[in-house]
Amino acid sequence: MTKGRALLEVQGLRVAVAGNEILKGVDLAIRDGEVHALMGPNGSGKSTLAQVLAGHPAYTVLAGTVRYDGKDLLEMKPEDRARAGVFLAFQYPVEIRGITNSYFLRSALNALRKERGEPELDPIDFLQFLEQKLKAIGWDDSMMNRPVNEGFSGGEKKRNEILQLAVLEPRLAILDETDSGLDIDALKTVAETVNKLRAPDRAFLIVTHYQRLLNYITPDVVHVLADGRIVKSGGPELAHELEAKGYDWLRDAAMVS
Amino acid sequence: MAHVEQLVGSYRAWASNGASRAPAWLHDLREVGIARFHDLGFPNMKQEAWRFTSVAPIAEGSFELAKPPARILRLEDIRPFLLFEAGYRLVFVDGFFQPLLSTPFFDDIQSLAHVVTHRQDLVRQHLGKYAATQDRPFSALNTAFVSDGAFIHVPAKATVAEPIQLLFLASGDKQVVTHPRNLVVVEREARASIVETYASLAASGYWTNAVTEIVVGDGARVDYHRVQRESDRAYHVAATQSHQGRDSTLNLHFVAFGAALARHDIGAVLSGPGGTLILNGLYLLAGAQHADHHTTIDHAADHCESHEYFNGVLDGKSRGVFTGRIIVRPGAQKTDSKQTNNNLLLSTDAHADSQPQLEIYADDVKCTHGSTVGPLDPRALFYLRSRGIGEHEARRLLTYGFAAEILGRMDVASLRLQLDAIVRGRLAEQ
Repeated sequence: MTKGRALLEVQGLRVAVAGNEILKGVDLAIRDGEVHALMGPNGSGKSTLAQVLAGHPAYTVLAGTVRYDGKDLLEMKPEDRARAGVFLAFQYPVEIRGITNSYFLRSALNALRKERGEPELDPIDFLQFLEQKLKAIGWDDSMMNRPVNEGFSGGEKKRNEILQLAVLEPRLAILDETDSGLDIDALKTVAETVNKLRAPDRAFLIVTHYQRLLNYITPDVVHVLADGRIVKSGGPELAHELEAKGYDWLRDAAMVS
Repeated sequence: MAHVEQLVGSYRAWASNGASRAPAWLHDLREVGIARFHDLGFPNMKQEAWRFTSVAPIAEGSFELAKPPARILRLEDIRPFLLFEAGYRLVFVDGFFQPLLSTPFFDDIQSLAHVVTHRQDLVRQHLGKYAATQDRPFSALNTAFVSDGAFIHVPAKATVAEPIQLLFLASGDKQVVTHPRNLVVVEREARASIVETYASLAASGYWTNAVTEIVVGDGARVDYHRVQRESDRAYHVAATQSHQGRDSTLNLHFVAFGAALARHDIGAVLSGPGGTLILNGLYLLAGAQHADHHTTIDHAADHCESHEYFNGVLDGKSRGVFTGRIIVRPGAQKTDSKQTNNNLLLSTDAHADSQPQLEIYADDVKCTHGSTVGPLDPRALFYLRSRGIGEHEARRLLTYGFAAEILGRMDVASLRLQLDAIVRGRLAEQ
């Protein structure tokens, strides 16, 4: 495990949605450059944690703290989190009518560049910048003139999330079940792109139900979330163990503890 | 009723004076029109087709028939409304044709007043044959006062390369009414693109009562764009009626930004097999504006396709009304018809009424419709914000997308840019 101060530090996080407590005290620390996998059965709260970190307004934080790069993340608006380098690849990417993918990506990139004090890119500069990013995910620019995610297949939507990840170059990338619904080729493309983006100053939190994606992305740490708590953490071998044994033995452990 | 009588009286005075030189068939057409209007009177909200729209400001107002404009306009006066200066265009001010501002093309792109005598047979064959007046008092009134408007005739297999611009300007005289009457005949396998714009040079409470008939011959293609950007104190009532032949394509685009009160009856008849129709519309309203789009697509033949998309963006206390009636006649098998009407409410005081009306009398058809009314999608808002786009900008972008979706279907780039600038300007005011 790489050393360094924690980029993200979650302590005692309890979160409710519509009056139901989903996260019941989560502790998690991710350092710069680390890749963490968050696994767990359906309904364990994996996606809730991902969405809360991105600032989704539907969730109520009951208790706990989240520090990101020394700041109180929970106090920040979603756009300020993004500008500070937090990125969430959505499990269910949203369709935006009337706005082309290219216009959307440029608006997002320029919002980040503005924050960093860099000049905004005009459409021509942006297209040049975009071309190399597109190559990485195996797309040409035909997807760029279509409205964001509108009429995209499930796989195309996920690839589009990874394209945004590549364009926005975040410091903390959270992938919320990006692997679900992907065929093996799309899965490999996603994994390759993520591996290329691994860097000492970029951390990943990969939320997944299956071990499959972790055949291609080797995490530094694997956590298991069950019933709103992290019940076990370990190295990459934990993912294989889960694949072999399933989640039931851990759920039982969680009930006991 | 007093104002019905006043309008009938003004018709009598006009008919016995300037209009008396009209050929007999035209005189008869007008007489039928005024008789119908007299019988029908103004519509009221008890009538199904007028449930959501009161025309009281028109019915209780006092409108004189417009006179020729006192001031002669120059090109620079109309430039803000033009897409480009080349190409063919017909310009009307207060309903009167302006030859010095227009670039007609012989008797094919001309003022209707001119061709009524010069191409009598063709005009007589089509004028008033498509726009119904039986249950349409405003169209009946327009027919009574038929005198001028745009006439476009594209001969078989001909193509007009550049869009033809039709510009109807109100000079700003108060309390006048104009009755522009347009006739577009695109013959077999011909092709044309047309942009019809209604605008004003001053903010005043005039009333426009327009009717446009569009005939699309077998295998022809017409792209028709209509932009209503009247003064926000004006009243705008209009009917657009198209009639398509076999294997023809008609793309109808409607944009309504203006008028205090606007009512537009849009009718499209697919009369021959294999026809394709796109009906694409946007209404962008604010303040106390009220716009009512009443659309009827009539599938009268088999193997036709129609796609209807109307988006409304409503701010302030504005109200948007959309009726999407689709009739599939017996025998119109293999009809494929899709309709969507999406309304975005930007304020809690804005209101939208959306009513699809499907009347299907054939069994082997595909008809779908959907409508939405609501504020911006919070999921979309969060998605944009999670990418670093600030909340205000995200709202603006999503609203813009609602309009851009409609504008993006238009083929004329110069028009798209003009409308895009208007939309951006309107959103920047919010």
